[in-house]
Amino acid sequence: MYTELNSILNTNPDSFTQGEFVLLSDRKSDASFLIHHFLSLYLRARCKVWFLGLVQSFNHYSAISQRLGVSLAQAKEKGQLVFLEGLNESLSVLIPQETDTRSQAMGFLRDPAVGLKSLYEFVRSSVTSSGGGEAGADGAEEWGPPVLLVDDLSVLLSLGVSVGAVLDFSHYCRATVCSQLQGNVVMLVRCDGEEEEEDDGDDEGSERLLKGLTHQCSLTLHVQGLPTGFCRDIHGQVEVCWRRRQGDGQYTQKKLFQYKVHDKGVSFFAPGTSSAVL
Amino acid sequence: MAAPMSSVGKPSAERSPFNTTSFQKKTRSKLISIPGTRPSVQNGQLLVSTGVTSLDYLLGGGLAVGTVILIEEDRYDSYSRMILKYFLAEGVVCRHELFVAAAQDNPDDILQELPAPILDDVAIHKPVEQPRLSCEAHNSLDAMKIAWRYQNLPKVQSALASSSRFGHYYDVSKTMEPEIRQAAKCHRFYPTEHPTQSSPTHSSMPESYSALLKSLQEVILREGFDVAAPMSNSRNILRIGLHSLGSALWGDDLCCHDNPRHGHALTTFLYGLRALLRSSLSVAVVTVPSHLIQDRALMGSITRLCDNAIALESFKGSERETNPLYKDYHAEPLPSRPPLPSPVPTPEALEQENPKLGNRFPPNTSLSFCLYSPPRSSPVAPNA
Repeated sequence: MYTELNSILNTNPDSFTQGEFVLLSDRKSDASFLIHHFLSLYLRARCKVWFLGLVQSFNHYSAISQRLGVSLAQAKEKGQLVFLEGLNESLSVLIPQETDTRSQAMGFLRDPAVGLKSLYEFVRSSVTSSGGGEAGADGAEEWGPPVLLVDDLSVLLSLGVSVGAVLDFSHYCRATVCSQLQGNVVMLVRCDGEEEEEDDGDDEGSERLLKGLTHQCSLTLHVQGLPTGFCRDIHGQVEVCWRRRQGDGQYTQKKLFQYKVHDKGVSFFAPGTSSAVL
Repeated sequence: MAAPMSSVGKPSAERSPFNTTSFQKKTRSKLISIPGTRPSVQNGQLLVSTGVTSLDYLLGGGLAVGTVILIEEDRYDSYSRMILKYFLAEGVVCRHELFVAAAQDNPDDILQELPAPILDDVAIHKPVEQPRLSCEAHNSLDAMKIAWRYQNLPKVQSALASSSRFGHYYDVSKTMEPEIRQAAKCHRFYPTEHPTQSSPTHSSMPESYSALLKSLQEVILREGFDVAAPMSNSRNILRIGLHSLGSALWGDDLCCHDNPRHGHALTTFLYGLRALLRSSLSVAVVTVPSHLIQDRALMGSITRLCDNAIALESFKGSERETNPLYKDYHAEPLPSRPPLPSPVPTPEALEQENPKLGNRFPPNTSLSFCLYSPPRSSPVAPNA
């Protein structure tokens, strides 16, 4: 949890807006540091967190969260964190053993054309079975609203799933978690190409996914490198965009920040106010 | 000056033949130390050397255990193949285990072409000799008269550099001695040798990739590289070299068609490879003929699924070969993606805008990466 980002977004573990769909995106950069922020924020806020870690191992997230002061292993033991380790599950799908008959969340690896129904079923069944915020029976700990984190959606495109299937998946997740259960959803999408694409659209899938998700979400954080190139003291820029849905219309508010990644956190500052410059 | 004792009947059996002192460094036994690895100074990850010390420098100290480096091949697959051989040779010298998979050439051919390591003078253990009678020691020509305290120490001989060093140097003009090579354990995978079993379930990957993934998993589990395996005193690293993945010889039509049928076969394989690596003590080098892949977005996905990526552009055959400015350079490695050191990312000084990296060959014997600015076209005016 990065304190400066909390003040920018006006959130803290004690109060945050519910029913939000946060979209993290990057272009030729790496926005995964934002996933760690939201993970530690919601764990500290005593929410029940479902984390679909599709690109890295559990130890990776655990090591970084340790630096931010949150223990994932402990949260998992207490039942606060439900972690789907995509890499681990994928091996049983890609190298099928004869004895494996259970339906798998990563089943789309075997046949991407089928879509992400099994993955959504995994999310839905575990989210609704835990009661989604209701007080557990038999003295089970009561957690806050449910939060779903996905790292990341672009790897699903790399593995052959169609853009439509991923958009459907995100829509279903949003309907279940945000609308039905008043929880939050945070998803990460990564793009490669330039902003202005050629007509034939090399990276069409990724761009379409980004556009479709931007339309659905209520808050986006877009990470990019600096337009002037590499800088040792400023690692990039983050554009925060609030898409508030007021009664009479919708207005968007955008703000631009620059950031630097440290060993134990990330500092955000207004453009031009980097500590190296002042 | 003390005369040598005449009764040297009892050899100093209680003293180890190696050490001249009994001092032993106190090591924290919590971290297992594997020969040929060292912890990173940035984030404590375990690193292995790629065999090319300058490439290690570019990667931030070495290749982290559990990660993949993607090498986009140059047009004639000369330098990418050489980096692969350096990587495997480093494994032999450090006594790691090797796994080589190739579709174009037999993996044995690749193993026979490994560059010879440059030898170091290191004391090696000589077999303990029978205690000689004192008179023989006197009369033997080997008996030392002045430095007689060092009589029992082993003689210095040329041998392999000790495996506690990180990163070695190689002589490309010679191939590795067969004895050195055979000391290392090598696993091979050659698609034509593996009988293609008809898989009962429809798979998204061609047979060769599935078989390769299965073979890798078997080796990892059988030889104990799995992280979950019971901790024994001796752990080792598995070095995996996969040559020319994505080429047609693997059964993949990625390089042949604009709209390949199994467009995501290679990415699915790389995902499975990542899963295997993250849960084992292994390192992988994968070369891909990216110049044959038309779909840039797919190439981007392939790159993103690997932890490090460099692209090589050879000057051979291009107009740069004849350009006199480039006469010292043979190829140009470009980082096709900023390296991703984890856990908390710190970008390296290798953004795309940086000066080009030239690959310089002092007289054809070694491979090194040097950071040079691109050659200037207008001569710099000398100081008057």
